[in-house]
Amino acid sequence: MLKFLLEKEFKQILRDSFLPRMIFVFPVVMMLLLPNAANMEVKDINVCIVDNDHSPSSERLIQKIGASPYFHITSTAPSYRQGMENIENETADVIVEIPVFFDKSLEKESAAKVFIASNAVNGTKGGLGSSYLSAVVADFSSEIRAERIQVVDHHSSPAITTATTYAFNQSLNFKRFMVPAIMVQLLTILCGFLPALNIVSEKEKGTIEQLNVTPIKKSTFILAKLIPFWTIGFIVLSICFLLGRYIYGIYPEGSLLTLYFFAGIFLLAISGMGLLISNSSSTLQQAMFVMFFFLVILILMSGLFTPVSSMPQWAQYITIFNPLKYFIEVMRMVYLKGSTIKDLTTQLYALLSFMIVLNGWAVMSYRKNS
Amino acid sequence: MYAIQVEGLSKNYHSAKSGKYAGLGKPSASPDQVDGVTFDVHQGEIFGIIGPDGAGKTTLFRILTTLLVPDSGTAKVDGYDVVTELKDIRQRVGYMPGKFSLYQDMTVEENLNFFATVFNTTVEENYELVKDIYQQIEPFKTRRAGKLSGGMKQKLALSCALIHKPSVLFLDEPTTGVDPVSRKEFWGMLRKLKEQGITILVSTPYMDEAFLCDRIALIQDGIFLQIDSPQGIIDQFAQTLWAVRSNNMSKLLRDLRAHPAVDTCFAFGDVHHVTLSNDSYTIAELHDYLAQLGHSTIEVHVIKAGIEDCYMQLARRVDPHSNNH
Repeated sequence: MLKFLLEKEFKQILRDSFLPRMIFVFPVVMMLLLPNAANMEVKDINVCIVDNDHSPSSERLIQKIGASPYFHITSTAPSYRQGMENIENETADVIVEIPVFFDKSLEKESAAKVFIASNAVNGTKGGLGSSYLSAVVADFSSEIRAERIQVVDHHSSPAITTATTYAFNQSLNFKRFMVPAIMVQLLTILCGFLPALNIVSEKEKGTIEQLNVTPIKKSTFILAKLIPFWTIGFIVLSICFLLGRYIYGIYPEGSLLTLYFFAGIFLLAISGMGLLISNSSSTLQQAMFVMFFFLVILILMSGLFTPVSSMPQWAQYITIFNPLKYFIEVMRMVYLKGSTIKDLTTQLYALLSFMIVLNGWAVMSYRKNS
Repeated sequence: MYAIQVEGLSKNYHSAKSGKYAGLGKPSASPDQVDGVTFDVHQGEIFGIIGPDGAGKTTLFRILTTLLVPDSGTAKVDGYDVVTELKDIRQRVGYMPGKFSLYQDMTVEENLNFFATVFNTTVEENYELVKDIYQQIEPFKTRRAGKLSGGMKQKLALSCALIHKPSVLFLDEPTTGVDPVSRKEFWGMLRKLKEQGITILVSTPYMDEAFLCDRIALIQDGIFLQIDSPQGIIDQFAQTLWAVRSNNMSKLLRDLRAHPAVDTCFAFGDVHHVTLSNDSYTIAELHDYLAQLGHSTIEVHVIKAGIEDCYMQLARRVDPHSNNH
């Protein structure tokens, strides 16, 4: 029986002039576009310099800022007010004002002040921009100090320098962090939402009515809806692995089998959610709306873009109920740290419980009659 | 042996806001009680459910095909209860919903094969049964169902509902939206199926199709007005019936309804059908009355009642307010 139903489903999917193409175009576009575009690294910060000192020291500081890969010195202004104009017309993101007697105060008092003002309309850029700049200035000051100490005394005031290495992602490659998570997003849409929409469209067309009076078991019917999309999900996931490998040079530190294993559990869990939605909606419009509602919340609260640990405490409690969060963690940990199933037991149990609860609920709420 | 036995069946969609009932059955005089429908269909009979849209026909069909659970009452199809033994019923009934509900993106042949397989049978096994119907659409068997004309879709739907050799066939408004020639052809097919011993329960809003059934039930607002053979229903029509025509038909309707001797008056196509509350009133008297009111080319003659006249009369007896709309 299942065989005939599956035959029908595959036939319908393949016969659709739009869906099969979309199923393959979608992951490719997402994999090509998002890791490059949805980039949280702040680069290319435009700096406006207001140099009131015009001394060798101020010149040196400006050169140091210009040498940083994060900053472009796009303009210089004679006064802070004119610098502000540059911010207003968005040719500059940050103003660095070097006061008069900068050089002299450095010489005499061994201390000087630099004023940094940043445009915080884009909070991330403003915040990171000014803190990067502070770091550059701090670096500059320790350089100066080092030179002076050399001159005055070789043995006094031990300086502490910090050496940073980034574990698991040494080059701080943002794509290594994004690519695995984007795969999760893809699977959610393909395997959670497509089968649900498929069922609702059978409801809308009335064809489900015709099937409901046949001896087909409801479990058979639902399986016949899910299996094709699971198959598609695995194919798409494999395409994503290949794209990640050959386009971004990103490959999992851990085992691909671990990833497929977790993907399988995640697919089951997320399809259960889709089924729940399809049971409770009678039109495509309703189903679509409910899905968008959940999709936006699930993705934004999954840690895909913003880390869960930096969310407020109450929001962190909500993310406990987000299956995407766990699978994204799995993907990132396997990709970046090479974790094995043994390291991922929390995620495994969480995903398994989602799978059982969501599917159990879906089967119970599905009725052939009302 | 009855193919369908229904007793006190009801399913209401009660709107608390408007206090209106919809669906099947109606609240009775005693509170918290609902009068349901009760009827039996003999094996191998064509039984028609006749009534306007919203009378509860589809609700009844959905209960009998196990798609809906009734609020009260019991129903048996082929001896199986629709609530407790629904799996047995699903094996042996064919259902053709009012709306075309086959897979439009699959071909004629694929649809038929698919419905044969979900009933664990094959097209070849029961081909004899659908042969007459299916042969007419067989030239288009590679065409997608969505691309068929209305009449062909209907034949395909009937073929699919028959392919597992059901003992009872449920046809919900099969002729709605179908042209007169195809309608006639369709009823011809039903008679052939009846000859093969299949019980057919068919609903229709068209009163003229009543005569093509063995027995009919007239339904209004969820309750059956009468169950009988079409001739039996007409024979019970006791009043004299006149067909009246004049040059100004809308004025004629008002004038006739205002007349004290007229019981009811309804527009029926190009004439008005009139029943009298006073049997001694004559055609000549009515003629004079109408001439006085300025009507010309007046025609009045006695006619035989049709199913529609009976329906109007019965409907009025149940709900006097529904008259004179």
